[in-house]
Amino acid sequence: MELLYFPGCTLKTSAKNFEDSALTVASKLGLELRELPRWNCCGTVYSLAADDLMHQLAPVRNLVRVQELNRDKLVTLCSMCYNTLKRASRLVRRNSEKLETINMFMDEEQSYEGRVEVFHFLQTLRDEVGFKKISEKVVKPLKDLKIFPYYGCLLVRPEEEAIDDPNDPTVMNDLLKSLGAEVIDNSFKTVCCGSYLTVDKKEVVAEMTYKILSAAVKDGAEAVTLSCPLCHFNLDFRQAEVAEKHPEFKRIPVFYFTQLMALAFGLNPEVCRFNLHFVDPKPLLRGKGFI
Amino acid sequence: MEIKVSLKKVKSPLVRKVTEISDEKIYSCYQCGKCSAGCPFADQMDLLPNQVIRFVQLGMEEVLDCKTIWVCSACFTCRVGCPKGIDIANLNEALRLLHLRRNQDHLKLGKLPREELLKLPQIALISSLRKYTA
Ligand code: SF4
Ligand code: SF4
Ligand code: SF4
Ligand code: SF4
Repeated sequence: MELLYFPGCTLKTSAKNFEDSALTVASKLGLELRELPRWNCCGTVYSLAADDLMHQLAPVRNLVRVQELNRDKLVTLCSMCYNTLKRASRLVRRNSEKLETINMFMDEEQSYEGRVEVFHFLQTLRDEVGFKKISEKVVKPLKDLKIFPYYGCLLVRPEEEAIDDPNDPTVMNDLLKSLGAEVIDNSFKTVCCGSYLTVDKKEVVAEMTYKILSAAVKDGAEAVTLSCPLCHFNLDFRQAEVAEKHPEFKRIPVFYFTQLMALAFGLNPEVCRFNLHFVDPKPLLRGKGFI
Repeated sequence: MEIKVSLKKVKSPLVRKVTEISDEKIYSCYQCGKCSAGCPFADQMDLLPNQVIRFVQLGMEEVLDCKTIWVCSACFTCRVGCPKGIDIANLNEALRLLHLRRNQDHLKLGKLPREELLKLPQIALISSLRKYTA
């Protein structure tokens, strides 16, 4: 099955490990993630101003690209892209007047008709592939690997856009189980890491990273998994600041869920590009015999 | 902070401006405080989320000078918890925009050390520029 896929800018650079592992595991599952032609940056954050249509143009233009191919589904990997595209798609579907205005200002492309549905790849895995089929592809079960699934905000909030129960999401828990891993679950899984505060208030983000990760470690986690390159930067890279401030803190690796799938499917670990990580996951994986 | 409420302030155009930008029903907040109880960054704020909306209700333009609006990460925890269906993240965005639309940028990337800038992924740079600059 071919799916139109929106990569977003970060998956093409610092989160190449996310994209490469995702494309490879998808094809192992019989899915071809075909990159949306001529996609543009979605703007990262959804504009929250009701009187601001200008910032809806970027996401809507991507939806037009889908329509141009006579398709009505778009899949994303980055949680932030998901949220921004999804909310924009719903805004213009609900509000024909706003859609008309937006169309008026996009004079190079056809008018958007409001039909495209935006999905996150985790939804595809749960609802179309199914965890049973995923578990059948596992050749190296992630046995004894204790992983904390971190959902962050934008997969589960606002509730209208949530891919799962906003208060107690389980889609990554179930995925991890199907890979044979042990799930460490606690309520920090949906607590915001600080998002863009990382640019000018990195101490705030480092402190939140400390809270989230130390709670997971206390519950027994050896690693974290997630689906957003910004969460990844904050929870992985900011561990340097955490360790500086809290000498007792023990660093733990942070994976994209697709990297764990690649390992469990026995695919070449090269696709995981562990060199892009700040906290090196290889010692843990070697210790457990996964690489 | 000294807090002065007055009839003159209550009649200020602040509520109308914020309503226009955020589309939130400012007066339906009954100050239960749930938004502040759930906010993960409340300890970094000078005004708690429920105080931000209270200031707006009372037309107190001082709210524009608070740190809170630049600390809010738009995580929508308050929105999911509010019994009145109010989204404080939208309100904070409106208050930020009252600065940014006057070209008063909050973030100057050029002031960050170069090594730090080089490490930040696009997703961080673009989102912060979107939230903190005009
Ligand atoms: S959300 Fe980020 S990664 Fe996704 S397209 Fe937008 S800016 Fe790029
Ligand atoms: S946890 Fe942080 S980076 Fe992740 S989705 Fe939420 S705001 Fe974004
Ligand atoms: S939770 Fe809602 S009603 Fe309660 S104080 Fe906050 S905004 Fe007001
Ligand atoms: S959206 Fe802002 S105010 Fe609301 S809980 Fe999150 S950080 Fe706090």
